[in-house]
Amino acid sequence: MRFPTRTSPHLVPGHSVGGVMRQVLYALIPGTLAMVWFFGWGVLVNVTLAILFAAGFEALMVALRRRPVLDTLSDSSAILAGWLFALAIPPLAPFWVLLVGVMFAIVVAKHLYGGLGYNPFNPAMVGYVVVLVSFPREISLWPAPQSILDSDSLSLLQTLQISLSGRLPDGVEWDAITRASPLDLMRDGLVAGQTVDEITRNPIFGSFSETGWEWTGNLFLLGGLWLLYRRVISWHIPVSMLLTLATVAGVFWVIDPGQFASPAFHVFSGAAIIGAFFIATDPVSAATTPLGRVLYGAGIGLLTYVIRTWGGYPDGVAFAVLLMNMVAPTLDHYTRPRIFGHSDNRHG
Amino acid sequence: MHLHRFHGGLELPGHKAESTGRPLLPLGIPHRLHVPLAQHIGAPAVPLCAPGDSVRKGQRIAQAEDYIGAHVHAPTSGRVVEIAEHPVPHPSGLNALCIVLEPDGHDQWTDHGLEPWTDWRQRDARELRERVRDAGIVGMGGAAFPTAVKLNPRPGRRIHTLVVNGAECEPYISCDDTLMQHYPEAVLEGVRIVAHLLNAERVLFAVEDNKPAAFQALTEALPDDERAFIQLVSIPSVYPTGGERQLIRVLTGLEVPSSGLPADLGIVCQNPGTLKAVRDAVVRGRPLISRIVTVTGPGVQEPRNVEALIGTPFADLATAAGGYAPGVDRLVMGGPMMGFAIADDAVPVIKGTNCLLATRPQDTPSPGPLMPCIRCGECTRVCPANLLPQQMYWFAKARNFDAIQDYGLFDCIECGCCALVCPSNIPLVQYYRFAKNEIWAREKDRQKADLARERFEYRKLRQEQEEAEKAARLARKKAALEKPAPAGEKKAAIEAALDRARARKAAQASETPIDSPDAADR
Repeated sequence: MRFPTRTSPHLVPGHSVGGVMRQVLYALIPGTLAMVWFFGWGVLVNVTLAILFAAGFEALMVALRRRPVLDTLSDSSAILAGWLFALAIPPLAPFWVLLVGVMFAIVVAKHLYGGLGYNPFNPAMVGYVVVLVSFPREISLWPAPQSILDSDSLSLLQTLQISLSGRLPDGVEWDAITRASPLDLMRDGLVAGQTVDEITRNPIFGSFSETGWEWTGNLFLLGGLWLLYRRVISWHIPVSMLLTLATVAGVFWVIDPGQFASPAFHVFSGAAIIGAFFIATDPVSAATTPLGRVLYGAGIGLLTYVIRTWGGYPDGVAFAVLLMNMVAPTLDHYTRPRIFGHSDNRHG
Repeated sequence: MHLHRFHGGLELPGHKAESTGRPLLPLGIPHRLHVPLAQHIGAPAVPLCAPGDSVRKGQRIAQAEDYIGAHVHAPTSGRVVEIAEHPVPHPSGLNALCIVLEPDGHDQWTDHGLEPWTDWRQRDARELRERVRDAGIVGMGGAAFPTAVKLNPRPGRRIHTLVVNGAECEPYISCDDTLMQHYPEAVLEGVRIVAHLLNAERVLFAVEDNKPAAFQALTEALPDDERAFIQLVSIPSVYPTGGERQLIRVLTGLEVPSSGLPADLGIVCQNPGTLKAVRDAVVRGRPLISRIVTVTGPGVQEPRNVEALIGTPFADLATAAGGYAPGVDRLVMGGPMMGFAIADDAVPVIKGTNCLLATRPQDTPSPGPLMPCIRCGECTRVCPANLLPQQMYWFAKARNFDAIQDYGLFDCIECGCCALVCPSNIPLVQYYRFAKNEIWAREKDRQKADLARERFEYRKLRQEQEEAEKAARLARKKAALEKPAPAGEKKAAIEAALDRARARKAAQASETPIDSPDAADR
């Protein structure tokens, strides 16, 4: 009797790229729902639009590159990039901000470099930084959490109209519904000569940061811990990033608590949590050796603090991730683990 | 005993119970045996018989000519039908020379076999090693390296520890488990013989903790006063603990140097099946002509262990296991991690055949489409050699063979952990085998080129020498001619030369032009 010959291993494969990506998507759900709860329908509109745009651009590029479109779309990596990008965009931003950002993420940062697995930079962060430096006004208009909003919240239909037209409904003013984020307040306040104490007396601050941000952060943390538990991501990057951010912030805070915000404020504000578990852990653009990942995460934590404290932007996670993307190959080269049976890591 | 860990590895479902549930079945004599000449690492053996010869059971029918090689013996009595190329279990799928034996059914032992030695304790290492070689014993864990060579460490290497590798870490395989359960005394006797041969101070006998029955059988067979010398060690079931270097690490905490051998640490490692074969060769005078094979997997109806003659076709083993299950589409020699698929079940059992695994499409679905590497690092996490498989993959793909060696290609033991966990379905081990083969081929080419260059340079030297000699001869001749000769003699010499030239011209004119020197020179 004759048999076809296939290569080992002769067992059921345990993982798939699509499976890994989809688990990350599931882990994003609680935090995203919290954002919808605190910041309104705009979050859902943005996520939906960004996913549609991302899938569209992915299909277009894959077709242009003459690759199987359905196989590629089913790896869900474009959906993940679109989703992550959307979470960074203000919920009431016009649709074309999303279109431009997602186009840069998928077309330029991903496919012009060779598609999945070949992009040196995190696509979602490339897209975000492009719109951040191109459309500063649109990107700065974050709505206030609905818990402290004076007027009634916007309906889904109103939100859609805002997204498509870029204009608010009659009788609603940007000033009335948007509020500076805690990181903005901290930055502007310190620049204006206020102390940290004075700034955090503002009603939007909760225990560490601001209530809405805190809760979305907590739920993204929950998703991240689930990914760790499922071993979809390894602990190296999130732990080293958050630990470094907290440590550096702690040192300055101890030196002068009036001029520097607390470690807890830094960890629970802005994109620190979602960045640590969902963005910095993008394996394609991150370092891949265990020690390399620790250093990579530490670099992102340090740069985030530096940019937040002394840089030109209130948050620094996106820039920190892109800067560390640049050094990831070098980190990998110099952090090779000691091979079994070798006395050190010089060999060959 | 304090145990150690090695990096990575996988806890795989064992699938041992399927085959250990039924008793060991000795197979009869098949109607035809294909006994390959190369069943071991090293040069193929050279036949000592010719087609038409009658051979007896245990008779040496092929001889190892090289130091690294193993003799081959007739598994039963009968007639040699032919010595020709037939399918053999080899990853290449190529045919190889086999002695085809038609059994006569008498199963009659040779009269010139090996003498049983009950007094082996009186024998020295050299004699015992010679006996192991005479019996054609090779490592029976699958690698099939000639055992006599492994038992002959380099001069100056003192072996203090014999490690018995009863880990059997690959899923499905249970032939060592069965062997240890059925023949614990014989295995332990083999341990004693090899420990005596090596003059070892201690024996560490490791069995994975998923084989409690085998451990129990060994414990009962081991006399109390020997327990200090032979330590039975239950080790955690983690794949690939059965790798020689991984096992030594687990037992001793030491790492065999990358370019070295266990003997460099004073350790020799042997498989229980090999040790039983040594015992049979020494105490009973029996060469290696049969072995226990696990026939298992969802692709056979009644998985079990069988004791089969070397040369028995795999099809007979499948029949003994109740026949194939409907839809069987893959036949593997070895385990699911390191075994290779074979194309034809006519291939014979060889000395290194530990397992025959049959599966259906639903058990081993073909992996999804090949995806790009996303550098997730799962392969790094599970690599027992602590390599960076994802980086080596890039280098193999880019044919950057210097870089891949720098990243430890030759430390890869091809265990397959990386390929199993890869979410992109990349057959990583195949890439590393490709790179290794390319590097070996280049090394060979380089050696050939070196040889050619040496030859060329030698030829040039020789030509220069000849030129120099010619010049010297010419110089001597010139010097001799320049000496003034008597006038009369000179004139006579010129006359004689002119005569010779005239005679030559006349002869040329009478011959056909084709034979003329001019024509020949054209």
